[in-house]
Formats: sequence, C-alpha cells, structure tokens
Amino acid sequence: MKHLSEYRNFEATKKYLDEIHKITTKEWNIMEICGGQTHSLVKNGILELLPEKVRMIHGPGCPVCVTPLNLIDKAIELLEKGVIVCSFGDMIRVPGSKKSLLEAKAVGGDLRILYSPLEAVSIAKENPDKEVVFFAVGFETTAPANALSVLHAEKEGLNNYSILASHVLVPPAMEAILDDKLCTIDAFLGAGHVCAIMGMQEYYPLVEKYKIPIVITGFEPLDLVQGIYMAVKQLEEGIYKLENQYARVVKEHGNTAAIKVINTIFEVGAREWRGIGEIPNSGYVIKEAYRKYDAEAKFNISHIKVPENPNCIAGEILRGIKKPNQCDQFGKACKPANPLGAPMVSSEGACAAYYHFSTHLTE
Amino acid sequence: MENTGFETINLGHGSGGELTRNLLDKVIFNTFSNPFLDQKHDGAIVEINSKIAISTDSFVITPIFFKGGNIGELAVNGTVNDVAMCGAIPKYLSLAFIIEEGLKMTEFERIVASVKKAADESGVLIITGDTKVVERGKGDKIFINTTGFGQVHPKANISVHNIKAGDKILVNGNIAQHGMAIMSEREGLEFESDLVSDTTNLNFLVKDLLDAFGEKIKLFRDPTRGGLGTVLHEIANDISKGVFVKESAIPLEKQVAAACEMLGLDPMYVANEGVFLVVVDPSIETEVLALMRNHKRGINAALIGEFTNEHPNKVVMESLIGGKRIVSPLVGEQLPRIC
Repeated sequence: MKHLSEYRNFEATKKYLDEIHKITTKEWNIMEICGGQTHSLVKNGILELLPEKVRMIHGPGCPVCVTPLNLIDKAIELLEKGVIVCSFGDMIRVPGSKKSLLEAKAVGGDLRILYSPLEAVSIAKENPDKEVVFFAVGFETTAPANALSVLHAEKEGLNNYSILASHVLVPPAMEAILDDKLCTIDAFLGAGHVCAIMGMQEYYPLVEKYKIPIVITGFEPLDLVQGIYMAVKQLEEGIYKLENQYARVVKEHGNTAAIKVINTIFEVGAREWRGIGEIPNSGYVIKEAYRKYDAEAKFNISHIKVPENPNCIAGEILRGIKKPNQCDQFGKACKPANPLGAPMVSSEGACAAYYHFSTHLTE
Repeated sequence: MENTGFETINLGHGSGGELTRNLLDKVIFNTFSNPFLDQKHDGAIVEINSKIAISTDSFVITPIFFKGGNIGELAVNGTVNDVAMCGAIPKYLSLAFIIEEGLKMTEFERIVASVKKAADESGVLIITGDTKVVERGKGDKIFINTTGFGQVHPKANISVHNIKAGDKILVNGNIAQHGMAIMSEREGLEFESDLVSDTTNLNFLVKDLLDAFGEKIKLFRDPTRGGLGTVLHEIANDISKGVFVKESAIPLEKQVAAACEMLGLDPMYVANEGVFLVVVDPSIETEVLALMRNHKRGINAALIGEFTNEHPNKVVMESLIGGKRIVSPLVGEQLPRIC
C-alpha cells in the first residue's frame, strides 16, 4: 500500500496541477483512452482541478462498453442451453436485447462470476458432464489470461471448455477516432495496462501519421496529472512525440511472454465495437488450430444479431464527440439501475463514472 | 447441549412432532433457558414499562462460517445493533431458524452456541422462537430471523429530522472490514488474508454516549449492507441536506484497503457489522470523539464530515488529492471490475 499512498499524495499531485495551470495558454482536448483512467479522473475529482482550457475527453477503453450487444445475447443463449457461463463481474448487469446475464441467472442460468479465466478451467475439470464457457472480453490486457486458459484446457485434455471471445485492440480504435471528421482530439493519454502487455512499439507510427502527442499513462491521481502535464507541455511547445509516464510498469517491448501466449491462440481480425461498428483488424479472433475452443463455433450461435437501443448515443460517447451529460437520456431514462447502454453499466464506463462521481451533477 | 442422536437435520426436525421436541429440548431450550422461554408457551409474555424500540432482520449469508464469526452471532449482533441505533437498550430477542435439510447437527450446534454467546455478551435474552426445516435445494443451509425489543433510553431523542447544518458525523472505527472478510472466503474469490469480520455488539457504547450527551446526539445508524456511502446518501435525502466528508478522515485498515484495491471494490460500499455512525451537535464533537476512543468498540473512532445546506441530497467527498466527487448510492451488488 505504500506504493499507492505515494501516488495519491496531495503535495506531489498539487505540484503537477500547479504546473499545468502555469503552462496552459490555449484550449486543449485530451482523450484518456482507458476506462480505468476515466474512473480515476472522476473518482478523485481531478477534472475540476484542471484549468478550464484543458478538457478531458473520455475514450473507448472500457471493455464492457465496447462489447457488442449481440455477444451478450449469445452468452444468455448459452446459459439457457444449460452451459455454465463464467464472466468477469461487471459484464453481468449489461443489458442484452431482452435481458442481462444477471436476469438470466435469476431464472435458473448457471452463471459464475470469476476474477480469472483459469478458475473457469478448474470448473470445467470439476464438471466433466457440463459445458463451461468463459466470456472472454477485454482489450489486450485480459487477452493473455484468456489465451492461457485455452492452453491450460488443452494441456488438461478438456473437451468441455471454450471461450466466447470479443477481444478488441487499442491502436485501431485510436485510428478510427482520429479518422473521424468530427474528431477534436489534440493528444492522447495511452492506456497504461494495455501497454504493459503490448509495449510502446505500436504507438510510434500513430504519433507520426497523425502528428499527435501520446503519453502512456498510469491510473493513480499522480500518474494522471503527470501524464496530462506531459501532454499539455508537448501541445504548448508545438511538438508531438510518444512519452512514457508509466515507466515503472510499461517497458518498450512490453511483456514478451504474454504476447507469445496471445499469438499462440489469437490472430488479428475484424471486430465489431458496440456503438462504433465493425473496425477492420481491430480485435483478436481465435486461430483455426484452436477453433474447438471457440464457443461461437462450438454452439452454433454466431447467427445471433440484435440492433442497439436507438436512444443510446454510446457511439458518440465512446468516440468523444459528446459528453455523457449531453445525452438526453442521461440520468433520466438511463441510469445505472436501468441502463440503456453499456457505458452506464461498468464503473469504467464514462456515463456511469459521470453519474456516480461527477459533481457536474450537482444541479 | 445434549446429544440429539442425529448427525444431520432432516425434514422430521421441522415436523412439529417428536423429532422437533427432541431438537428443541436438547439444543434450544437448555441452551437459552430463562424464565420467559421456560414457560414454553406459544409466545413470550414480558413487561416493558417504557417506550420500546423494535427491529427485525433476516440473515441469509454465505458462507455461514467465516473468519471472525458465523451466522449465529451475526443474527444477534445485527438486530441488537439495530435496536441500539434507535437509542434503545436491547432486552429481548426472538430467534427463528429456517434450516435446509442436510445441515450437519454439529454445525447447527455451533451456530446455536454462538447465538448464546453473542446474546450473553450483549445482555439480551432469547424469549421466543421458531424452527422450520425445508427440503434440500429450497434454502441455503440455514437462514435466521431475529426480532429485537429494547427500552428507549430516557435521554434519547434520535431522529434524522433533528439534524441541522453544521452537525458533525463520526464513525466508531474502521470501515469495510466485515464485507471484505466475507469476500475473502467466498467461492471463487478466496484470497489469503488475516481479515476477520468485525461483527460485535454496539449497544454498550451507544448507551454510554446517550448517558453522557443525551439529546445532543441526533442520530445513530449502522451502515451494514450498502456500506457507509449508501447510508450517508440515504440520510442526506431524508432531510434534503448535503453531506460533506473527507476521504482522508475515513478510518480504513491497510489490509482492507489493499483487498478492496485488488478486487476493484470501493470501501464506501462494502458491508460493515461492528460499525456505526453518530451525528452530533458541533458543540460536543471533541468530547464524543474522546468518549468513543476510550471505549473498546471505538478505539479507531474518527470525525469524518458534517452536514451542510450546500448541495442538498448529495454526499460530496473530498478526495485524498483535494478533488471533489459525489458519493452516490450503491445500485445492485457492487461488481468487481474487469481490469
């Protein structure tokens, strides 16, 4: 905990906030990619401590938020078929087209909330007469553990384990945002945990192509204000480069062992993003050699397609075009207890973060 | 307790017949024997010559045994504390079991022994009760309901409506410990820790506070389910006032903070058992804090915030780095985050 208290230190954080105020002369829009960063920005009240000219735009990096609606319906279909579905906690309340996983559990579905996909492999081993599926969502961060679960299942010779995978990748999403005509982003805070796995290599070309500063940033208050300071400093000086604020965790080449595990099981392919649509080469799909661990193929559920709620503007939120409190449904028809779209569900979702923590809501 | 001759509880133990009588005589009546219960009447007849406070609660916890306690003492302390929060001295409890057939007799006896110990420690008598047995699959090992009766303290005037802007909020100790202790043993989440539940009775500290400060104490509340954040929000809404708290002032044990951090949970929403908050007139905040810290149930007591006329219906917390955020009520169960 010593490490945490250091990065939540009032004096150290204030020093960077003062510097940001000192050097800011123009208006800047900075997007934090990762939902964990959004959560920390609002939870620690950082947004209101920044100069008015420095505006944070909340990016698409919430795994729950970008998981397509039809994937939730697919998981529910599996539950209804009697499959044991294992999931990370915050997926279970996300509404599908008819109900959420939690509601499917209430009517008899065998849903297990886990912290690690490896526990799902143990469940498969303990229940040889049942099918067990892990709902493998997330960015590059969760991909190694999900891939490892497949390798463990293979090693154990299990035929009753598979994953319902919807892995998405950060760099293609950043490109999609930057290519959008409505894009107003001046700089990015890179997602620290994603880079801890993947390293920094993929980001140099983005900096060059779009001439935009990217600062790979951590999640504690001190990390965030330092990352914002580094981004503002580049912008004010009129330069653009890749910087690494989170060097205590992120290395140039990432975690090579984890990347190797990912590449064993997955290959890059097209993925659908909730609210954004299909982006080419934006996710991981299971390689042919491991297709028998792909729940979509195994249970013949890939035909399930459902439209999004037309009143939810998740796409505009996730691309940073609108802020959550600019949505007509926000806090009215759409609340955490009854979310219209995923960003209101996950504590990392921009809408839920605004709803729960933001003092903008005082009125 | 006498040997019942059974290794597990079966449906017959709830039939009302011979087996029920056997279970009650050997396990219940001789454990809790007192003049009211010993009448073995359909109900208990007692005399209370004052205003009385009544509270009821059902306990459906999993796992039923956990570090620092079991469902038995929880069922006593939970209701004793709810009665105490009304500004009352708890006197009597009813005790009702709903048991799933197949529960091991030794486990039931352990739970009953814990009920007895917790009741003795908080000075209450079990005066009436009920035992039902349901088929396997229709329950979850054991559910317990208790109803508590207490005499309202003559100097107490506890009401949320007595709270004024400027009144101070104190808590008696570290928050989030019970919830994290339970979490550390829940299936699928087990992690190594020394965390133990803080389940305990709070009625003696409450009585001392009322003896000393009377109606200058505006409110007691124990933030069990939903945690401190949810309870503060409820109070703010009840009286259309704002609550301002400082994150740095909220007592949180290091290991609990680390466990919350690891699991992605906010301690403000984690359940407590041996924790209560007290709202007091600002003129006595120092004395209240001193009294609490001198009591064994209040060693880590702290002043965490105050009521204000600003931001009505909202709980605003100043973060460690000086930013502000709203503490909203918990929606559904707190869900662990993906990464």
